[in-house]
Amino acid sequence: MSGRITVKTVERPRMGLLEQVYVFEALRGLWVTSRHFFLNLWRHTLKAAGLKAEPGAVTIQYPEDPAVVARRARTRHRLLKREDGSPRCVACLLCETICPAKCIRIVAEESPDVMVEKRAKSFEIDLGECVFCGYCVEACPEDAIRMDSGQVEMSAHSREDMVWTMAELMGDQPKLRPIRPSKDPLAG
Amino acid sequence: MSSFWVDALWSAVKVLGAVGFGMGLAGILSWVERKQSALLQDRIGANRADILGYRLLGLFHMLADPIKLLVKEDFVPPQGQRFWHDLAPGLSLACATLCLAALPFGDSFELFGRSWSLRPLPMGAGVVFVLASLSVGVHGIAMAGWSSASAYSLLGGLRGAAQMISYEVAMLSILAAPLFLYGTLDLAEAVRWQARTLWGFLPAWGLLLQPLAFLLFLTAGAAETKRAPFDLPEGEAEIVGYFVEYSGMKFAMFMTTDFVESVVLAGLTTALFLGGWHLPGLGLLGLPQPLFALAGVGVFAAKVVAVLWLLMQIRWTLPRFRYDQLLALGWKGLLPLSLLNFAATAWVVWGWTR
Repeated sequence: MSGRITVKTVERPRMGLLEQVYVFEALRGLWVTSRHFFLNLWRHTLKAAGLKAEPGAVTIQYPEDPAVVARRARTRHRLLKREDGSPRCVACLLCETICPAKCIRIVAEESPDVMVEKRAKSFEIDLGECVFCGYCVEACPEDAIRMDSGQVEMSAHSREDMVWTMAELMGDQPKLRPIRPSKDPLAG
Repeated sequence: MSSFWVDALWSAVKVLGAVGFGMGLAGILSWVERKQSALLQDRIGANRADILGYRLLGLFHMLADPIKLLVKEDFVPPQGQRFWHDLAPGLSLACATLCLAALPFGDSFELFGRSWSLRPLPMGAGVVFVLASLSVGVHGIAMAGWSSASAYSLLGGLRGAAQMISYEVAMLSILAAPLFLYGTLDLAEAVRWQARTLWGFLPAWGLLLQPLAFLLFLTAGAAETKRAPFDLPEGEAEIVGYFVEYSGMKFAMFMTTDFVESVVLAGLTTALFLGGWHLPGLGLLGLPQPLFALAGVGVFAAKVVAVLWLLMQIRWTLPRFRYDQLLALGWKGLLPLSLLNFAATAWVVWGWTR
């Protein structure tokens, strides 16, 4: 059977007379859209009247309403702690090594705990360079870094402010976002 | 005051009223277009423009859009012909607005010992006037396509002109049947003819007596006003249309033309197929004649709005036709069907009145 090409002929779906006339198909389409129109109108009216009703639209009005992020979405990184409160990070540099964007910078130092050997003196992630691939989370042998903070609003007014320090990543210190006048004439 | 000045003043009032009606509805349509499409697609629609924090269902977009378009650069391509480029949108809009003059907004009434007509331009050939005026509007499209000095514009203009001329032929032959039935070219007379009842209870509206013509007319009308599913001349995002080289207020004038033409089409449909200013049972209220005529204007406006809703719903329901399908529908579908309809109507009317 080598060399033989088997051809399967697929019949084009043929339209019946009613479909060819198109008026009835158009009416069917109008029925669908009109149903949506009046149902949503009714729901919006109920809402406006202060009554309980299903939402009339699937739109999320983002800046006013919080962004809905999927549970598994890769969001801003956070660093985890041990039970005694010390950072889990052992400064093995695996995340820094695998990072395709080279946005992680770790400075290691001797750990006072002999069982741990090393720890991070400083651990910075430049979110302005991060591509949110999640490789750092995959690489970490200590489960010290995760991307499950749920935070997606990370903008800042300068490149320096996009860098998050260790304390900020661990949640010990809130990320300060100084509002400074922009040098960009186009930015508001 | 002499009778002449009363006439002139009354005419001015009527003309202003008609233009205000058409332009006002066209402005609202730009809002309706967004909100209606949003509602039937489970969205919210434009709602960001606000004045002092009040958004009012996004109605302020009606103000924000013209302001934005007014302050935009009026760009004419360097190789283009500025005079014709400027003239084209004005011609289109003027022709569309002119059609409003012939619409029968209401019946005439007696007051202060004289008769007051509620038509801006009382004339016997209203239908012909509207169709002629719509035809002249084609020049605006061809002009815009040619003067832009762009091959895309030119092709778009040619497409638009071919489409509109094709559907004008169909439109005329579609309207032949109901006009033959009413026995008049006068839109007001056509409305008065529809005031009678069938078998004592059904209003003799064109919709019931000429359902086929009604369907065909809506189809041809949608093509004539260049609205989806027949918006190939424009094809805002996908196919480049005849106003690709237009920006700012001149572009807005083309868009307004579409909306005004939709209003005109809805007015024609109302007058010829939906009984114009008649509403069964309105006469039972026993209103004095001037008030009754004014109530008729309200009925007419309400019917126009209903037809506009339907047109908008169709526009957001049906996918766009291919160009060959469009011309095939016009020449092989609408034209023969309308001629058959005319022949049948003529035969029945002849048998009825013999």
